[in-house]
Amino acid sequence: MNIHEYQAKALFEKYGVAVPRGVAARTPAEFESALATLGHEGPIIVKSQIHAGGRGKGTFTDGFKGGVKFAKTKAEALDYANKMFNNTLVTAQTGPAGRKVQTVYFTVASDIKKEYYLAILLDRVTSRPVIVASTEGGVEIETVAHQTPEKIFKIHVDPAVGLQGFQARRLAFQLGLTGDYFKNAVKLITALYRMYWETDAAMVEVNPLITTPDGRVLALDAKVSFDDNALFRHPEIVALRDLNEEDPKEIEASKYSLSYIALDGNIACLVNGAGLAMSTMDIIKHFGGSPANFLDVGGGASKDQVQAAFRIILTDPNVKGILVNIFGGIMDCNTIATGVVAAARELGLKIPLVVRLEGNNVAAGKKTLAESGLKIDSADTMADAAQKIVKLVA
Amino acid sequence: MSIIVTPETKVLVQGITGEFGGRHTKLSLDYGTKIVAGVTPGKGGQFFEHGAHKVPIFNTVADAVAATGATASAVFVPPPFAADAILEGVDAGLDLCVAITEGIPVRDMIEVKRAMGGRKTRLIGPNCPGIVTPGTGKDSFGGCRIGIAPGYIHRRGHVGVVSRSGTLTYEAVFQLTTKNLGQSTCVGIGGDPVNGTSHLDVVKMFNDDPETWGIIMIGEIGGNAEVEAARWIKANCRKPVAGFIAGATAPAGRRMGHAGAVVGGAEDTAAAKIAVFKECGIECATTPSDMADALIRAAQARGAKLA
Repeated sequence: MNIHEYQAKALFEKYGVAVPRGVAARTPAEFESALATLGHEGPIIVKSQIHAGGRGKGTFTDGFKGGVKFAKTKAEALDYANKMFNNTLVTAQTGPAGRKVQTVYFTVASDIKKEYYLAILLDRVTSRPVIVASTEGGVEIETVAHQTPEKIFKIHVDPAVGLQGFQARRLAFQLGLTGDYFKNAVKLITALYRMYWETDAAMVEVNPLITTPDGRVLALDAKVSFDDNALFRHPEIVALRDLNEEDPKEIEASKYSLSYIALDGNIACLVNGAGLAMSTMDIIKHFGGSPANFLDVGGGASKDQVQAAFRIILTDPNVKGILVNIFGGIMDCNTIATGVVAAARELGLKIPLVVRLEGNNVAAGKKTLAESGLKIDSADTMADAAQKIVKLVA
Repeated sequence: MSIIVTPETKVLVQGITGEFGGRHTKLSLDYGTKIVAGVTPGKGGQFFEHGAHKVPIFNTVADAVAATGATASAVFVPPPFAADAILEGVDAGLDLCVAITEGIPVRDMIEVKRAMGGRKTRLIGPNCPGIVTPGTGKDSFGGCRIGIAPGYIHRRGHVGVVSRSGTLTYEAVFQLTTKNLGQSTCVGIGGDPVNGTSHLDVVKMFNDDPETWGIIMIGEIGGNAEVEAARWIKANCRKPVAGFIAGATAPAGRRMGHAGAVVGGAEDTAAAKIAVFKECGIECATTPSDMADALIRAAQARGAKLA
């Protein structure tokens, strides 16, 4: 689960990670009072709050440029906020549809001495948390890793004892920090790690982390995501979820324990199992088609789930055909077939449907499909199924 | 031989009285697997009954091991309690713990993995279909099935299968069985970013197993476990190996069902992994329908037998 920058910074403050002072506003009516609360007479940064990076370089659909703006005065800040609010921001990470800005965040503009990079995430190779830091901040970290790997420093944390003082000190020294900067960086790294661990974060990224001329070390930006599997023990994190940032189809799917992700093709797929679902998308592409979604109905799909899956798939106007691929190991293929037939009838399905069933009670399942009187093409293998549906939508 | 489990392996089930655990315990008993005990705290002394089977239930894994000599467990315990269940199995000195549970917090698994260091227990999973060593009876009856895989699609033989994904494993096994190529052991290592047994661990065991003549390795986007195994194969394995990587069409940054299936960087895309497979002499299946045929091609190229 992702959260907004302003929410991440509130968490940072709670854990003692220093950030520039800021106030968020969710409606234009709140703009003036937010600026008053901020109580800052100098320059202000106005930041669009969406769950995607690249905001600064983004463009709004009405032509207004920049999802993050530097304002010299309160009046200017107010003007920028009004231009951003309810406007749709397109960035390198949002896709062409962009995201509607529904919260604006005002922060005090900080004097920057130098920019750094800091992140904490899981290192899958060692199965331990790793803290990644660099002297090159405010730029794409992948580029730094590729071009100047010697400027990236890593600390692996032993989960049995947690982050040790010497590790935080080593990292701060590696960043070349001394005096107050050193002390403040050690404090910030230690606090950030505690937040990462205690909130079950999947990733915490601060880019840039900055030093100011007056000796402070601040998290200028904040990107935080959480482990979905751990949300059950963090109601305070779940409360930060912003449904406006999620695809309504994905929200609907999660109500039925379906895992759905919209893509931009025109062949919808309905599959049991994540690996099989991914490879069903792949095989559609292999035979020249384009998948409209990832949809995993899980290992033990019921008739209700199949019907819900069909409803969700068909709300995507791009869908021109459907491929159902079920390997019914334990699950009864006839249960799936019954669900498919019921859904096709209920929804008055008009587009081509190819069904590939294999496994338990497959003969009965195929019979149910054949005797339904509906126009459903049966396939024996995944390759056969993919070729059939690609041909039918071509 | 097979790897990790044989038809004689004595298995206990943690979470045997749950709906999911109970259903799959029955299927394993029907398959002929030696399920000798169940563990549900507070239900010790009761029995899990299925047909002629009467499986004793114990309060703790240690009690179950002491009374029955079980050496392996299947964990069907819900996510909030699963890490605890795995560590209880480790503490009881089990040889093998197969964690089927989907949705265990990553932080819990980081701690479990750290706590298992230096212990003898092997963990498979979590979030996995489990392990099957097929038997010699009808529809491979008499084998050892720990987990949720459909037993009947297997056939006793000489191909080893290792995979992160459940249904994709069944797909490969089904293709093999349809072509009269049996399996030595099929291992589903699970789709989570922190797991107990890696592709490489399983490949090494297949390489050492005289009954395994060929290997199918199935992977996904995310992480570098498949690449690590492929490089080892290039240097050490003389058996034919076929590979498949799911997720070529997955967009970056989106989690594809499995917690571990996310493209994060240039190294963990399907294309990058397939390129390494090819460079390491692994025959790549062009589509998921091609997995068994890819292994047949790999065997023919080496003049090796698969059955």
